[in-house]
Amino acid sequence: MRKFKDNFMLGLLWFSAFLTVAVLVVIVGYIFFKGFRLINFDFIFGDYSPVGHGGIWPMIITTIYTIVISLIIATPIGILAAVYLQEYAKQGRLVRVIRFATESLTGIPSIIYGLFGAVFFVTTLKLGMSIIAASLTLTIIVLPVIIRTTEEALKTVPLSYREGSLALGTTKLQTLYKVILPSAMPGILSGIILSMGRIVGESAAIFLTAGTVAAMPESIFSSARTLTVHSYLVTQESGDIELAAAVGIVLIVIILVLNLSATFISKKLNKADY
Amino acid sequence: MPSPSNENQIVDMKKSNKLKYFFESASEKLFLICAMLSVISLLLIIGFVFYKGSHPFVAEGYSFIDFIFGMEWVPSEDKFGILPMIVASIFSTIGALVIGVPIGLFTAIFLAEIAPKRVAKIISPAVQLLAGIPSVLYGVFGLAIIVPMLQNNFGLAKGQSLLAVIIVLAIMMLPTIVTVAETAIRAVPKTYREGSLALGASPIGTIFKVVVPAAKSGIMAAIVLGLGRAIGETMAVILVAGNSLILPTSLTDSVRPLTTNIALEMGYAFGTHQEMLFATGIVLFSFILILNFVLAKISSKGGK
Repeated sequence: MRKFKDNFMLGLLWFSAFLTVAVLVVIVGYIFFKGFRLINFDFIFGDYSPVGHGGIWPMIITTIYTIVISLIIATPIGILAAVYLQEYAKQGRLVRVIRFATESLTGIPSIIYGLFGAVFFVTTLKLGMSIIAASLTLTIIVLPVIIRTTEEALKTVPLSYREGSLALGTTKLQTLYKVILPSAMPGILSGIILSMGRIVGESAAIFLTAGTVAAMPESIFSSARTLTVHSYLVTQESGDIELAAAVGIVLIVIILVLNLSATFISKKLNKADY
Repeated sequence: MPSPSNENQIVDMKKSNKLKYFFESASEKLFLICAMLSVISLLLIIGFVFYKGSHPFVAEGYSFIDFIFGMEWVPSEDKFGILPMIVASIFSTIGALVIGVPIGLFTAIFLAEIAPKRVAKIISPAVQLLAGIPSVLYGVFGLAIIVPMLQNNFGLAKGQSLLAVIIVLAIMMLPTIVTVAETAIRAVPKTYREGSLALGASPIGTIFKVVVPAAKSGIMAAIVLGLGRAIGETMAVILVAGNSLILPTSLTDSVRPLTTNIALEMGYAFGTHQEMLFATGIVLFSFILILNFVLAKISSKGGK
């Protein structure tokens, strides 16, 4: 009886794993199968036109804009915040409050960020539906990611590094930017790359703050659509699954490249000798 | 007697030390400000959403009870009831959990305990990668494959339905649950397994009676994360939900969960209508808080 039950459970485990892998392979396979015919030079680097399938260069540029702007703001703030939490703060109520806030930000769904961005950045700060409004919203979304990964990276820097540096008569600040941050750099970098992935994959918050204009953005104050929003809109409005899948291929490739480079960098970290 | 140039040097050094100390204390304050920004952001978000969302009930005389239990949502006629959406959100989330959690958990157990090392080394990173794929693409896949499949198999007028939402959300939460749960199971010390096996338990019995209970808090975290992804998902859900404003009575009904209501109407809403969308956001917010709280309670009880 026990033997039978064990075999049954074992079968169930194999079956579940098979199912998971099969479903995920089918999804990625479907996107590639459906969209690969559209992928060519003109599609990726061409200007958008509402006739036919149109180029996606404006959406790629918009996506890059959102990545660059939100990371320019979120990276220094996130790193310095993590430095404060790990290197400066005395454990106590203040740190608990900051940690709680950071964790809570991670749990808020992106549509709520979108609502907030639509009122605060778009209306109250009068930025209008624009790339900058979306980027500022995304800044808040990725801030907890950067803080957490930087904190983890700082934790891996051995105490002896700090002690050695301080014993040489350096100040805390000098130790920080000459010793601690360089040692933690691979971890911090892979955190930044992960947040890029998060920004690329975001849709609901961008949809409500950047709008849907399908044209090359004139500046960061114009409304535009990112790759994800484009993929959503062509599916919803014209049912053009082929085009949505082709955009999907571009998205998957970007995510793949980002993940591989994050893995590569953190592998380097493990090889570092400390 | 120090020479004048030496004296100058000492003064210079004192000056530069002063500057150094100033930078030391200024930088600590700057770091603190950066750290406080996440607190400020959270307060701003909660403040804005709650202020906007509570305005109709506090200042314009709308009844909150009618809002929560109202069956009709017709902004043009000043009717704002979100019960169908609340029910749709709850049903789709629970449905996705019922399908996604066992499959995800079993897959994680398989990868951590049973799979040959070489197989796990290929599958685990692949699944991890899939957690990062934009959720919109799951919606595109759902609309292209799952919706027509349901339509044909159940003879529906249109396949966009509660069931389609449940399936898409279940698939979407799989990578998250598998990745986090696998890490938790791998973290269980080897001695636990050895002890159990030494007592004569079977390998499978050891997994389910010793390893999984020991990894309970990590598994709970996996479920909470998957849940958060499911209840907050918007764009993928819009594509497969059908978005009808009816109280769902069967799995094949077209539904409109809370998130999609916000995304669909925020673009053109203004005045009270817009504020009611923020109120919808408050309800969504509260759901996430309650669910996290309940799950935290369950896992802390299990730990004892």
